[in-house]
Amino acid sequence: MEQSSLTFRYKELERAWDGEKVYEVFIGPQHPASGHMRFIVRLDGDIIVNVEPDIGYVHRTMEKLAETKEYIKSIPLFERATIIDSNNITLGYVRALEKLLGIEVPPRARYLRTLLSEINRIASHLYGLGLAGIFINHSTMFMWGFGDREIWLQLAEELTGARLTHTYSIPGGVRSDLPQDFKDRALKAIRYMERRLKDYMKIFFNNPVTVARYKDIGILKKEDAKRLGIVGPNLRASGVRYDARLVEDYGAYREIDFEVPVREEGDALSRLLLRIDEIKISMDIIRQVLEKIPDGPILAEKYLRLIPPKLRKTMEETGRVKFPGLFASLRPPPGEATARVEMGHGEVFYHIISDGSPKPYRVRIVTPSFRNLLLLRYLPVGHRFMDFPAIYGSVDYFPPEADR
Amino acid sequence: MNLREKIEEKLKDIATSIEYPRPDLIVIAVNRDRIMEAAQRIVELGFDHLASVEGVDLPKENAIEVIYHAESYEEELRNTIVELKTRVARDDPKLQSLINVWPNALYLERETWDMLGVVFEGHPELKRLLLPPWWDDIPPLRKDYKVKVEGIIVGTK
Amino acid sequence: MVCPLMGIVLVGNLEESARKASRWFLEKPPIRNLRDWAISFSLWPVHFTTSCCGAEFAAASCPRFDAERFGFLPFLSPRQTNLLLIEGTLTRKMAEAAKIVYQQMPEPKFVILMGVCALDGGIFHNSYNIVRPHELFPVDVFIPGCPPRPEAVARSIIMLQRKVRNSKYIWGDGHEPKGED
Ligand code: SF4
Repeated sequence: MEQSSLTFRYKELERAWDGEKVYEVFIGPQHPASGHMRFIVRLDGDIIVNVEPDIGYVHRTMEKLAETKEYIKSIPLFERATIIDSNNITLGYVRALEKLLGIEVPPRARYLRTLLSEINRIASHLYGLGLAGIFINHSTMFMWGFGDREIWLQLAEELTGARLTHTYSIPGGVRSDLPQDFKDRALKAIRYMERRLKDYMKIFFNNPVTVARYKDIGILKKEDAKRLGIVGPNLRASGVRYDARLVEDYGAYREIDFEVPVREEGDALSRLLLRIDEIKISMDIIRQVLEKIPDGPILAEKYLRLIPPKLRKTMEETGRVKFPGLFASLRPPPGEATARVEMGHGEVFYHIISDGSPKPYRVRIVTPSFRNLLLLRYLPVGHRFMDFPAIYGSVDYFPPEADR
Repeated sequence: MNLREKIEEKLKDIATSIEYPRPDLIVIAVNRDRIMEAAQRIVELGFDHLASVEGVDLPKENAIEVIYHAESYEEELRNTIVELKTRVARDDPKLQSLINVWPNALYLERETWDMLGVVFEGHPELKRLLLPPWWDDIPPLRKDYKVKVEGIIVGTK
Repeated sequence: MVCPLMGIVLVGNLEESARKASRWFLEKPPIRNLRDWAISFSLWPVHFTTSCCGAEFAAASCPRFDAERFGFLPFLSPRQTNLLLIEGTLTRKMAEAAKIVYQQMPEPKFVILMGVCALDGGIFHNSYNIVRPHELFPVDVFIPGCPPRPEAVARSIIMLQRKVRNSKYIWGDGHEPKGED
């Protein structure tokens, strides 16, 4: 069996220790940009020999807590892992639960889920781009990224009632219907964003200073990306056409035509540019969803029947779902189910084991940031110390998501 | 030859059972000492990285089940997840580390050690990952580690 | 030597006496009011993100909500800041870091707890890896919400400013982090 590239790097480090020229730099956990994690960077002169990420500063024990809660109560819990991308991360859990329960989701609910997922994806990418900007001290990108993110948060708020913690997808459907005039406002936001993306290109991506910091830095080769199981934009920037939206049948992605953007270079600049490409694709998907969205119920027939007729009437008037009492103790049959969903940061993986009781026996989440953690250890080696922030920014690592 | 047949042919002499609980999931159970071999054969089929490593505590059977989920980025294989599972004794949980087969098991196995106390032999850095370094209680994801249970339970029917 | 200033007697070491005199001087009304006014408009929080509330904190200090107009600028080094804003859950590992950061900050320093997690655990109240920050630090303002909206953060800043201007804080008293582990 071939030796993994990581084992190889251990040997390199040992050799460097021998010469006693290595010194350690500690970064974090209180550190300039995003905080909540620590790196031990070992340097030989100005060249990085080894990086040891020390995570666990935001470990809030979600897998254990999920075992103590009823199924439905875990949705808000998992949402807190990636609060900037909350519909996507809960959708994986809801999908796995639906597989266990054997529920079909009505078409309108599937389209609405897709709509919010894409809004979340854009917001999450803008957050990542903003942080990538501040990592190399480009305040304008930070301010623009975070400022434009507010537009998408406002759209999400109109749809769900909350800026970040939407808890929108529930087993069998979604929690509220499309508000009036949503389409106009969404299209306006898209037009605005398209204009802004041009400005981004001008001031950030075509800026010679930025290009010099990002180009040919932290190159991830295609083979390595596959073997290390990297996910999300970091994978696609290395030329692998893989996206959980193509794989798992969730949302309305089977009925919408969209391209998955791929770039070949695999360096930091292409990882960032890929996020811009994805924002464009997401906006296109939102347009199509608003065009094609069918009429109909937003909760599965099976649960709709359980709601008393009077409540059902108010539900139709307000477009907001009242939970049937059954939701408090859903009992899926014994068994297991997996689900994969594409988040802004990459693919999230859920595995639920049920023993027939109202609480799960075991829930396993593997979040994209946890899988991309390997990159922070693998990419900076051999670069100069000041390339480290550029690489960290381009990976779009979100610590609460990795630690859960 | 479709994937199921390929897997059955490749693994039938070492697997104790092969099941298909869902269309996108293939579950292969093996004995503890054949795990390395089984993993290598799964990689040869093209499932070249892991989606997750997890441990499930089964106090009634006095065992911990270690589950590997392998996936692939190839067009023909990507719809399927291969689940490879094995059981280790609860009081002496030892298993061969698979980081030379699947390099991204590095952090996933380390987390499983952290959370369930499964010792992966041959793993270069079994240190605390998520828990604080001074943790000295039993591993938290074992079922006998109790946390306070909240809640109002509403009866159905 | 008897000082001409009313109320204090300065004896002994010159340097120490000078420091005492300046402290006494700062506590007197016109100067004190001026000082409090200045502090209230230069509340610089240290950039110490502890959890997911950090996303809303970031939104609060960015263009739309623009907390910088209150003189509120997140800064990198704890040595040049005077406000510790705990943004959400404080895990046991992070609590150690928080204590060190807090000790490094110069006087006078203030603490704001953001989010129900920081208040009393919130959704993670039965988790085995969290601490209650109010057991570690003397807290000035609590912001409830999960996550609190950026407007709530802005309001908490205004409340803290008012508190500072009314001289409701004590210099160098009770500002040692408490508790073990
Ligand atoms: S209060 Fe809510 S948003 Fe804030 S850290 Fe806690 S869970 Fe996260």
